[in-house]
Amino acid sequence: MTTIESYKTKSGVGVSAQRPDAVPKATGKFSFSSDLSSHNMLWGQTLRSPLPSARIKSIDFSEALAISGVHAILTANDVPGKNLFGLEHPDQPVLADDLIRYAGEPIALVAAEHPEIAANAINAIHVTFEELTPLTDAESAITADPIHPEGNVIRHLKIDHGDPSVTGDLVIEGTYEVGMQDQAFMGTESGMAVPSPDGSVDLYISTQWLHSDQNQIIEALDLPEDMVRLTLAGVGGAFGGREDVSMHVHLCMLALHTGRPVKMIYDRNESFLGHVHRHPAKIWYRHHATEDGQIVKVEGKIILDGGAYASTTSAALANACCFSTGPYRVPNAQIEGWGVRTNNPPCGAMRGFGNVQTCFAIEAQMDKVAKALGIDPVELRLINALEQGDTIITGQKITGAAPVKEVISSLADHPMPGPAENNLLARPGGTGRTTDQKHIKRGVGFAVSIKNLMFAEGFDDSSEALCQVEDGNVAIHTACVEVGQGFITLIHQIAEEVLGTSDITIIPADTSIGSAGSTSASRQTWMSGGAVLKACEAVVVKLIEQIFEDEGVKYENFNGTLVSEDGTKTIPVSEALKGRSFHEKIVHRHAPTFPLNNKGQGDAHVSFAFAAHRAVVDVDQELGLVRIIEIATSQDVGRILNPLQAVGQIEGGITQGLGLAVLEELVMKNGVIQNANFTDYLLPTALDTPPIEIAALIEEPEPGAPFGAKGIGEPPTISSTPAVVAAIRDATGIDLRRVPVRPEDIALE
Amino acid sequence: MPNDEQPHLNVNGKRLTIQKSWFGESLLFTLRERLGLYGSKNACEQGECGSCSIMLDETLVCACLVLTGSATGRDIKTIESLAPEGSLSTIQQAFIDTGAIQCGFCTPGLLITIKDFLDENTDPTELEIREAISGNLCRCTGYGRIVEAVRIASKTHDESQGAS
Amino acid sequence: MIMEVLIASSTEEICELLEQDSSRQLLAGGTDFMVEVNYRHRSPSSVITIDQVPELQNWHHDGDSVVVGSCVTYREIERGPLATLVPALAQAARTVGSPQIRNAGTIGGNIGTASPAGDMIPVLSALGAVISLRSSEGKREVSLEDLIVGVKQTSLRRGEFIESVRVPVLDSPQEFLKVGSRSAMVISVTSLAFITYPKTRSVGIGLGAVNPIPTRAKEAEVFIADFLDWETMQVDPSGIDHFKDLVSAASSPIDDHRSVAAYRRKSIGILAQRALTRVFTEGVL
Repeated sequence: MTTIESYKTKSGVGVSAQRPDAVPKATGKFSFSSDLSSHNMLWGQTLRSPLPSARIKSIDFSEALAISGVHAILTANDVPGKNLFGLEHPDQPVLADDLIRYAGEPIALVAAEHPEIAANAINAIHVTFEELTPLTDAESAITADPIHPEGNVIRHLKIDHGDPSVTGDLVIEGTYEVGMQDQAFMGTESGMAVPSPDGSVDLYISTQWLHSDQNQIIEALDLPEDMVRLTLAGVGGAFGGREDVSMHVHLCMLALHTGRPVKMIYDRNESFLGHVHRHPAKIWYRHHATEDGQIVKVEGKIILDGGAYASTTSAALANACCFSTGPYRVPNAQIEGWGVRTNNPPCGAMRGFGNVQTCFAIEAQMDKVAKALGIDPVELRLINALEQGDTIITGQKITGAAPVKEVISSLADHPMPGPAENNLLARPGGTGRTTDQKHIKRGVGFAVSIKNLMFAEGFDDSSEALCQVEDGNVAIHTACVEVGQGFITLIHQIAEEVLGTSDITIIPADTSIGSAGSTSASRQTWMSGGAVLKACEAVVVKLIEQIFEDEGVKYENFNGTLVSEDGTKTIPVSEALKGRSFHEKIVHRHAPTFPLNNKGQGDAHVSFAFAAHRAVVDVDQELGLVRIIEIATSQDVGRILNPLQAVGQIEGGITQGLGLAVLEELVMKNGVIQNANFTDYLLPTALDTPPIEIAALIEEPEPGAPFGAKGIGEPPTISSTPAVVAAIRDATGIDLRRVPVRPEDIALE
Repeated sequence: MPNDEQPHLNVNGKRLTIQKSWFGESLLFTLRERLGLYGSKNACEQGECGSCSIMLDETLVCACLVLTGSATGRDIKTIESLAPEGSLSTIQQAFIDTGAIQCGFCTPGLLITIKDFLDENTDPTELEIREAISGNLCRCTGYGRIVEAVRIASKTHDESQGAS
Repeated sequence: MIMEVLIASSTEEICELLEQDSSRQLLAGGTDFMVEVNYRHRSPSSVITIDQVPELQNWHHDGDSVVVGSCVTYREIERGPLATLVPALAQAARTVGSPQIRNAGTIGGNIGTASPAGDMIPVLSALGAVISLRSSEGKREVSLEDLIVGVKQTSLRRGEFIESVRVPVLDSPQEFLKVGSRSAMVISVTSLAFITYPKTRSVGIGLGAVNPIPTRAKEAEVFIADFLDWETMQVDPSGIDHFKDLVSAASSPIDDHRSVAAYRRKSIGILAQRALTRVFTEGVL
């Protein structure tokens, strides 16, 4: 167990400041989006298609509407504006009007006095379908008849880097598969829409990106921006699954139609149907290496199954392809990727976004190369590790910090765990008492990852922040969504750093300020953290100007204390702010990025973060059961802003990675999810999760990043999965090529 | 069985009158949406996540699996009773100090579970802690900080505090 | 719809209430029933809660056996004195759901739900449990195999309910093993109970999650008897492979979202071997 004791101090950037919402969350008083209520409130529910591919012949809701307590039943005909939405571009109906393209697609909405009445009404809506044959195989989708007017290929991306004729002394080929993982945040989708007499609506919602939601809602409602106001409601985790619109438009439609506040909470089953999942992937690689272990060329083909609608498939594919060769120096690469449309559930953002899939495959390939050459897997990775100044396969030069070797070496040097406790519960099979000591084989696996930080490919990525001072009282406003990651703690720390006080008010995130972008892509510390920093600094600049005007003395700010030019006078910023008022709003942008050209070349990314994971597992090979004994990690973090929160991000991210390695998959059958519940979608429990050892957090400040800090949320999820699978391979000798690894994949081999 | 009496629940020491029309709901729904006690969370309604853990007649259960009509007259304790207003129990404080709270959705259920666990087991091993909280899913933390919080709380836990 | 909830305080009261209306739903721990209520798969108009009936909440040691009331919880089976009396039942109880579920769920509920994956089932089967049923007509006793007749189907008659379960108290080794993908809180992929009967020099093997109804691996039980030495508690290893095969052959598992038939068939044999060799050390007789 990593001790965090040494990190603890009181406030400012770099210390383990306490979450401002910790007490309300510990006492049950924190209001999540599912805890909203309002006088006169109705309950909304959604009728969803049971079929993955069908044509709607008719919808008869007369019986449902006649049920006492039912106030509205709405269908596609009732969508006031465009019946389309989508995160990157609109291609998904708000309510299906003709074709059903996935099992779970919304068809009709109900508002009623009580959830049970709403459920009865849902059951009383009669939809006649003409059942069609679903297209469920991603590879055949490329050439199959289109299931959507925009075609089945959402994006086709080629990266052609270096000399395609190069070959290596050693050629290693492999095919890999990644199953459909779910974000499975604990607080299901929920929210409340409150209509106003003027025809406008306020939406209180758990989300990741208020302004993107707003832009999509106004198009569907055909209302101007100021008539659809969004306020963040308490978010019970997100991990990418709340980046897309779910119930947002539906709630607004029901509220505007009934003139009453409407609340919706998806149950767990509907939550699995109501948000996008991690893209399942099929990946083929051919690695070329020299005898001394240098990777000289990588060829790859990557297919991501985007499901029925585009969501962020295009960007996820770009990540999958751009980083398809891992954190390694690869001079020649021919990569081809497809993000395709099928009648499977829509897939989009999940922590690690595109990098997770290819990292699993690339790290397996690296192990195969190492084995074939008789080189230690860690050594092979050190030989090929990227360094600052190197060029990645998109032709982009890494100008920032790239301590890949440090990350690898520090982890490799970390002591190994001892044998597991002599207790059935500590072995594979856990409470099932399946495994005796003699059945256990131990394995160790190592994996390294690269993750791009922030939005890419020329997207105008920005965040706005306001620092408002009224008579010395400081308030900070952004639209940055707190999903649990601790951004609101960071706001306090930044204020302490610049203004010398953490005694500030955080104005709730809403759409009355400019966009903060999404809480995703490991970007908010840099983007909204940067915006808050600049806004606070702008206040201090104005303060120093005012004091100069008042007193004729020039001051400079040192971490919240003003010091006069001659060094004789000091005054805390917080003191100097008393009696003064400021209103500084700024927009923060990172350095521009550029689109990829037709050879997949371009400076498409801003910054990169690296992590390494080492998994130690005990495997009961005969039964195919795995117990993860320890995961150790080193991570490139730029600078640690809050050690306790950093550890939390790392431990949590790794646990999601191990979930994908051995437990978590939405099992599909003919386009229908077979396990849309917590009985059979198996999240790791505390007994499945090992102690996580942090070998090193490498602090090499990132140029251009506020405080030099890199985003830390995603890397833990990326290489933890391949490290676990490598460890299972090490223990069993089985060439596991698919995640999650199921007991039968080991036992029946 | 007294049929004439107005049905009620004893929640956190208070006698709360309920309607017969709520009998067919889960106790979780009644607590949250009828009685406004939103601290118990609803994350799966299958007894698989532990977010709605409460004490029913001094037994740890999932409120989503209790029929409201079957809880009439029985003693219910929720997260809202864990510490007096304005104070924190040692477990709550340990959660805050160790960073065991991120999104916080699983937190109330975990706190009830851990309180119950530490009342019986004052010096738990790590495996015992992990088994005791294995019915409380957390998606943010990976449990590391939570296990640490239980360890710290076990050293200072006072059984007389809060819900028991 | 308003649900009538009747809180029974005695078995007589349950009989009366069921006699008045046999369509009334019995509610014990609620751990299966409430999921169906929450997801609106079931909405009975009248429910009788039976988990506060003292006779059903209790168990007693009766000579060579224990009689366990149908509303005794997994928790009590797992942790209380019952754990010493019927260890395999306690081992199985520990694998059911979460601590919260085990505090509420009952042995009678597990039997009545009649799921092939019910964790009590293989143990009760291997122990030759006798189930006492009760109705206003009186009492009758049936074997588990006669009670559970199909997937989630029982031979309970109208107005009849499970009163108690009788299992032998054996002062000899018992084992329960269960395979699931997760270390805790997981539905069984396969499970197996292994009970030794030193008096008759025989073993009982109950199979879980591999057949629609409770199943004993009878051929394997008979076969392995010849390879056991009850004085030294040794097993002749030459019999183990065929024993495993016989156990696997007693299963007729399916492919589903939790696993595949081939794995279930293989793993049930492995569980049998492991249970056997935990109890009997390998040695040539």
